[in-house]
Amino acid sequence: MSNVLELQESAVHLGQETQHEQHHHETFITKYVFSQDHKMIAKQFLITGMIWAIIGGLFSVLFRLQLGYPESTFPWLEDLLGHWAKGGKIQPEFYYALVTMHGTILVFFVLTAGLSGTFANFLIPLQIGARDMASPLLNMLSYWFFFLASIIMFSSLFVQTGPASGGWTIYPPLSALGDASSGSKIGMDLWLTSMAMFIVSSLLGGLNYISTILNLRTKGMSMTRMPLTIWALFFTAVLGVLSFPVLLSGAILLLFDRNLGTSFFLSDIYVNGKILPNEGGSAILFQHLFWFLGHPEVYIILLPAMGMSSEIISVNSRKPIFGYMAMIGSLFAIAILAFLVWAHHMFVTGLNPFLGSFFVLLTLLIAVPSAIKVFNWLTTLWRANIRFTPGMLFAIGFVSLFISGGLTGIFLGNSALDIHLHDTYFVVAHFHIVMGVASFFGMFAGVYHWFPKMYGRYLNNTLAYIHFWVTIIGAYLIFWPMHYEGLAGMPRRYYDFSGWESFKMFAGLNEFISVVAMIVFAAQLLFILNFFHSIFKGRKVTTANPWGANTLEWTTPIRPGHGNWVGEIPEVYRGAYDYGKDGREFIPQTEAVGENESHH
Amino acid sequence: MKQFLLIAIVVMIFVVIFQIAKASEYVSVLKGEEKARKQNNKINAFLLISFLILGLIGVWWCNDLYYSKTLFPMGAASEIGQKIDLMLYITIGVTGVVFVVTQVLLFWFSFKYQENDDRKAFYFPHNTKLELLWTTVPAIFLTVLVVFGLKYWFKMTSDAPKDAVVVEVTGHQFAWEFRYPGPDNILGKKNYKLTKGANSLGVDFNDPASLDDIHVSATMHIPVNKPVKFVINAQDVIHDVGLAHFRLKMDAVPGIPTTMWFTPLYTTEEMKVRSGNPNFVYEISCDQICGKGHFSMRGVIVVESAADYKMWLATQKPEYYTVFPDKAPNATPTDTSNVKQMPLAAVIASGK
Repeated sequence: MSNVLELQESAVHLGQETQHEQHHHETFITKYVFSQDHKMIAKQFLITGMIWAIIGGLFSVLFRLQLGYPESTFPWLEDLLGHWAKGGKIQPEFYYALVTMHGTILVFFVLTAGLSGTFANFLIPLQIGARDMASPLLNMLSYWFFFLASIIMFSSLFVQTGPASGGWTIYPPLSALGDASSGSKIGMDLWLTSMAMFIVSSLLGGLNYISTILNLRTKGMSMTRMPLTIWALFFTAVLGVLSFPVLLSGAILLLFDRNLGTSFFLSDIYVNGKILPNEGGSAILFQHLFWFLGHPEVYIILLPAMGMSSEIISVNSRKPIFGYMAMIGSLFAIAILAFLVWAHHMFVTGLNPFLGSFFVLLTLLIAVPSAIKVFNWLTTLWRANIRFTPGMLFAIGFVSLFISGGLTGIFLGNSALDIHLHDTYFVVAHFHIVMGVASFFGMFAGVYHWFPKMYGRYLNNTLAYIHFWVTIIGAYLIFWPMHYEGLAGMPRRYYDFSGWESFKMFAGLNEFISVVAMIVFAAQLLFILNFFHSIFKGRKVTTANPWGANTLEWTTPIRPGHGNWVGEIPEVYRGAYDYGKDGREFIPQTEAVGENESHH
Repeated sequence: MKQFLLIAIVVMIFVVIFQIAKASEYVSVLKGEEKARKQNNKINAFLLISFLILGLIGVWWCNDLYYSKTLFPMGAASEIGQKIDLMLYITIGVTGVVFVVTQVLLFWFSFKYQENDDRKAFYFPHNTKLELLWTTVPAIFLTVLVVFGLKYWFKMTSDAPKDAVVVEVTGHQFAWEFRYPGPDNILGKKNYKLTKGANSLGVDFNDPASLDDIHVSATMHIPVNKPVKFVINAQDVIHDVGLAHFRLKMDAVPGIPTTMWFTPLYTTEEMKVRSGNPNFVYEISCDQICGKGHFSMRGVIVVESAADYKMWLATQKPEYYTVFPDKAPNATPTDTSNVKQMPLAAVIASGK
């Protein structure tokens, strides 16, 4: 205990020092580029993530164009993309590159780095009462490794043979053999190198988040007084630190197979008229390594959204989050189970059925903590007094999407059903709703809620409401009908369905989905516009605590400098969710417990 | 020109929306921000409940439009497939109820408990009984689903009956090859290093079992009402044998053979009637991304009566004779060096 106190002392000391320093020599470079202020690093992650989101979203618009209009040609595409769109038609190689990069970008660069990177950096020190991260230097490096990964991945879009095109899951042998696909030439090496840099970034960030949460909490901020955002970000970081290294090992072994003639994943291959010498490797081994990260990754994406939605729902319901301890418990259960279910992605690989049955059981077990969370959110809304800020709307949207997408997980986790639904549009619908769109909703909720703290200004409300309504309606219109395509067995990652008697009847639906996807993409541009416009021109925040929230970040100045608090870091006397207690609308964490206060 | 016009229109729409949004911000300042906020609150609460109602109608409508296009109306074409359909129905039923109840509660609460100056939020931080309730109830439901699921899972992954028709399925970029064991009912050995020219599957013809094996491409024939076992492998990258009508799927992995078995219940002709589609065919789709031609990696299965199947099989020539045409019993020699080895009768018959 004394250790923790000492660390806190030194952190306070450090904060004052840096604050002192900033008056003297803070240049443009140290303030905006190589900044060590967690708030600036958070903004760097957010804006880089937003740029990637536009690119990844644009890719989806392009491949939806092909899926919606497989018979048409668009001459302007050839002007834009050259031989990738010969004759105004997106070529199959390019289609698969688009699909692959869309997945890679959205899963890793936007919903991992963009989401965790932004909110873990921004909220952890502010909500636990710390001047900065445990190691601001590593924190800065974490961003710059991400930046390096981004540059490498971006450059892979411009190599002659094209970027990686074997799907974001990069299963070998397809990803290992340049002879099997042009995207598996230099584009794949760049993909793997970029991901290695990305994993370094993620580990630096994760270790920092964990040590900051464990060691730098302010006086009185016991673990069970922390806001649920911090709990969620904590488990997210633990998941990342324990699972990303496994993907790194997989990526390195794959690089060896590609370039050094090893046979970790290759055996008995005859490709493009060549008999390869590799024998004894296992293509399935890679899938185990990949999904050992890949499944926790789903929760790395989802947990921050859960945490932020919990916080935002409670604040705007003016009610305590229902079952705070159960919420932590279910986060914990999800984090543990996340490591024990990876093979449910591999039911069709010829997995030992007995082994498979354990993965079925453990997978469906995740539904229990998920159900607890959903019912707790619903009970939080019950008899509340709800303010529909844009953040709150997105948090409610998150719960709705989490229910819709979570329930289809019960189909897919059950191996016998998964056999039919595996790799069909049912899966596409499931994971886009539950981890794609739902996590985006959590992220939007977070941006709308904490934008005033980030920039001291508000986002435009009307644009925000338009953004919300177009996005939630659009998301359901895009992904709900896909379940039917999946039930009909329609495989994902198909460039064209017109040659298939069994699948061609969905052409009209595919066109409809493509049109809605373009509208939803346009609505996201509206959000981007709102974001950048409001940084400079938004309505100014005039009160320190605009939402009437209990947590510590609202006790800082409206635009906190490096070090966050002027003077002492406030002490904490209670949990984060005393809303509506004893007839009072809210009681900040910094307020001492009164003598007559009721116990609960 | 047209696309510039289109871009101009899109930009215009953006500008208009943006200006309206800015204007509404000024209006709210003039009206009093608190008042504007409360009005927004009412509008959004109303929109949320409308979204619920229209959404549920939309779910119904979507089902109306697309249910007939799924595979359910025509039914599964294999024994195990019918069990899986039953399980799908049960799962849809259970999750459907949960879906409707939770979504109704979510949006109804949001509407009903929208901000109201006359009411205060109810302080309700936890309740152990309630929390236990929604831990145990889902757990019980899931146990039922797991038990059901595993029962069928073990059934579908069990060993094929001994009398099953065996077909070897091989995937390569971007087509399917099928090999039948022939009269001896044993598939000849293979070695990928022997893959060359006409011996496209790398069959080891030193193995006597391979001499009567039959190799066909793209279209496979199997008899109805008889168990069929697939031995699956791939030559280059991972593929996947997807049989939507039989509700089955299995990866084809280079170097690691896999198997699956099922009993087809309806011939292709019968399915034409059941599906109401005169062009109906059983298709094999590749369900694992395998390169640029992935979407065109199509195979066809003809399910026919045992008699038709036998007749078809009888017309097939063993692969051995296609790889070594000169060894065929009725081969016409193309090479004089072979003439010496030919039996006299054959030489006379060929007129040399």
